[in-house]
Amino acid sequence: MPVNETFSTYSDWTYGAAVAVYVLAMLFSLAELAFGRRPAAARQLVGAGAPAADDAPADEEAADEAVESGERGGRAERFGRMSVSLIVFGALLHVSALLLRAAATGRVPWGNMYEFGATLSLAAVVTWLVLLRRFPIRRLSVYLLLPVTVLMFLGGLVFYTTAAPAGPPLQSYWLAIHVFAVALGSGMVLVPGVVSVLYLVKTRRPRWATRLPDADVLDQVAYRTTVFAFPIYTAGVIFGAIWAESAWGRFWGWDPKETVAFVAWVVYAAYLHSRATAGWRGGRAAVINIAGFAVMIFNLFFINLVVAGLHSYAGV
Amino acid sequence: MSEPASGSRSPGAVAFLRNTWRGLTSMRTALVLLFLLALAALPGALLPQRSLNSPKVDEFITSNGWWGRLLGRLEFFNVYGSVWFSAVYLLLFVSLVGCLTPRMFEYLTSLRTRPVLTPRNLARLPHHADGETDRYPDEVMTAARGRLKGWRLDVREEDGGARSVSAERGYLRETGNLLFHFAMLGLIVALALGKMFSYEGQVVVLANGSEFCNSGTFAYDSFTPGLRVDGTDLDEFCVKVDDFTAHYLPTGEADYFRAGLRYQAGDDLASDTWRPYSLEVNHPLRVEGDRVYLLGNGYAPVFSVTFPNGEKRTTTTQWRTVDNLTNLAEGATKFDPPGVRDPAERRRKQLAITGLFAPTAVLHDKVLASGYPDLNDPAVSIEVLQGDLGNESGRGQSIYSVDQSMVDSGRLKQVARANLRPGEELKLGDGTVVHLDGVQRWVYLQVSHDPAQVWVLGFAIALVLGLVTSLVVKRRRLWVRATPAAGDDQDGRTVVVVGGLARTDQAGYGEEFERFAGELLAELAPDGGDDDPVRQDATAGRKT
Repeated sequence: MPVNETFSTYSDWTYGAAVAVYVLAMLFSLAELAFGRRPAAARQLVGAGAPAADDAPADEEAADEAVESGERGGRAERFGRMSVSLIVFGALLHVSALLLRAAATGRVPWGNMYEFGATLSLAAVVTWLVLLRRFPIRRLSVYLLLPVTVLMFLGGLVFYTTAAPAGPPLQSYWLAIHVFAVALGSGMVLVPGVVSVLYLVKTRRPRWATRLPDADVLDQVAYRTTVFAFPIYTAGVIFGAIWAESAWGRFWGWDPKETVAFVAWVVYAAYLHSRATAGWRGGRAAVINIAGFAVMIFNLFFINLVVAGLHSYAGV
Repeated sequence: MSEPASGSRSPGAVAFLRNTWRGLTSMRTALVLLFLLALAALPGALLPQRSLNSPKVDEFITSNGWWGRLLGRLEFFNVYGSVWFSAVYLLLFVSLVGCLTPRMFEYLTSLRTRPVLTPRNLARLPHHADGETDRYPDEVMTAARGRLKGWRLDVREEDGGARSVSAERGYLRETGNLLFHFAMLGLIVALALGKMFSYEGQVVVLANGSEFCNSGTFAYDSFTPGLRVDGTDLDEFCVKVDDFTAHYLPTGEADYFRAGLRYQAGDDLASDTWRPYSLEVNHPLRVEGDRVYLLGNGYAPVFSVTFPNGEKRTTTTQWRTVDNLTNLAEGATKFDPPGVRDPAERRRKQLAITGLFAPTAVLHDKVLASGYPDLNDPAVSIEVLQGDLGNESGRGQSIYSVDQSMVDSGRLKQVARANLRPGEELKLGDGTVVHLDGVQRWVYLQVSHDPAQVWVLGFAIALVLGLVTSLVVKRRRLWVRATPAAGDDQDGRTVVVVGGLARTDQAGYGEEFERFAGELLAELAPDGGDDDPVRQDATAGRKT
């Protein structure tokens, strides 16, 4: 099928626009972080109305709510809201870029490393937007957008691939299923990876982190997101095995990509277990979560680019 | 890691074994073993592996000297069959069994036990609410039970005419958790069985109606048997490759590959019935529990050699693709002189045609290259070698090249070289004529057999189902206590207290609890609930 050049060009433009909007959202989020009150100060302000429960996250939440209602006109508040609007706008552009790619190539828009990176970062951004509705973490947006924009910059500048139809190995409906599940799972675990770093900063260097939400909130965000992403990623790996059975003649062959996917899976399994083991909750669990994300990144870049394997056609 | 249980001083071998077992099955050890497994699997991705690319391993060892040899001796080029990798996963397997067995019994017991006693002070639970009603405690219990459909319930009588109901829900969480872990055990066992009874064979077949039969290892170019497979008793089926079509985009990228097959298996073998199948990448032929895959393709130039005595021989040998973008191929087509009985004479007259084949010839000053992967303008650039091919030397040799040592020792000499297109010919000094008749295509097929893979799939599906269940379902408890109010003026009034506790993760239980408590207390409220008697404390917030 011929590639529609017009759509492909529009896709590239919207991709660039999405990155620009994310960078702008980052600046607004940074402004919110800079001008915002420390949670502790906010809590004192509204302390009278809050219940004297020892449940810190609830307290934190109450404080945040109070800030929202009490200082609706505050500068930080306005910056925060604008950053969220910009993230939503950026995500819409991001979705359009992928849809246009799909229209240009006549296949799903995750057929090479550039497109995979784009899908993965969209998954991370959407996960973040969902989490924003449930957790008081808006002022952390800058920390999430930083790796997302780096990823998208790398994708657009280094790994960019001209729109092309899929070759024979990729002509399978498993391309839509397996690669999407893996991109979704990988994108989602970017969030706990980042949040776990913040958790470590919050618990080990509290003086640097007075503007971060409570450690409990960070821990909850990391755990809940990982718990959601882990089955998706597991299913993604299993879909890959099913595809490998019909494409390569075996469902598992310790291809480098498979091996590192397995290693990442084991590390995330260890994370879930660590939360049920005395002495491993909190800091150590956060370290394991970060290690899991590091393995994912290693699998995306090092294995695709340096190690030759069956997945290498997914490369640049 | 030191064993946590080895601290206790009970003497004797039994105590030692017991402590070892406890240590091995503790969560902490399982965690460490998980890390070891991840760590042990990594070298397989970073170092070349025998099973994937044997020549690369040899190359690595040669270029790294003693370091490479040491890694080889430590099985770093065969990680997933190595002693240390097996040790880690076997320990993990034992640890898993040791952890799951008692949990299984605990789980079965918990299915039969009544929900726990109602705590004395429900107001101290993370979720709680209270209210008053003019109904009797028994009526409160009936109302509560009506709203607790699907919960495991136990109503108890307490001192002073009080009643309480203790409810628990979410047993599926543990069910899912156990299912996940048992599915994992099953998956490992199925994998092991697969390693025993599977086999995999590769073969090159010319796409000119050539036939291949899965009748023994001799039919394959390479064959990897499982531990319990000796190559006899293979599931018999035959495949004929009639044609092969490749379609390329103008950019040279492949669009599709398709091999036209006919196959016969089972009863068809006896009746000699052939069934058609269009074999493509991603669409293997599944027959007799085996799968046939299209893994590769290439070109085979057809050469005719007319020897000085007038006899003509035609040979088609596959040449191997050396450039995947342009399908430039190299190879060697070898001939024995016909009618020469004397071995010494024959060893002077053997012939080999080696060189390059380009499907779309591009000549740069007589140097042949290929400009496009498809057969647009094929040509070969060949050397003809005459002499001793070394077939009787006892050494195995590649079908894609001549034995270089024969050339080096001068027993195989180059007698001519030329670029030929189909229909063109080359005359040698002794009157031999080499003629390029044309080109055929070959396909590289793989036959795979793994009787356990459907079990692996089944366990993998169970694993995901168990995982999702154990992560989504929440184990939670709920209590309602109705106590007759004290004091004379309070006659006929009942105090209702509701308490809730999530046993695993508090998050998400708050909403469900508030809804339950609110609705129950509203239903019980006196006077139709005009003045809301419900005093609901702030619970764990709206954290979900």
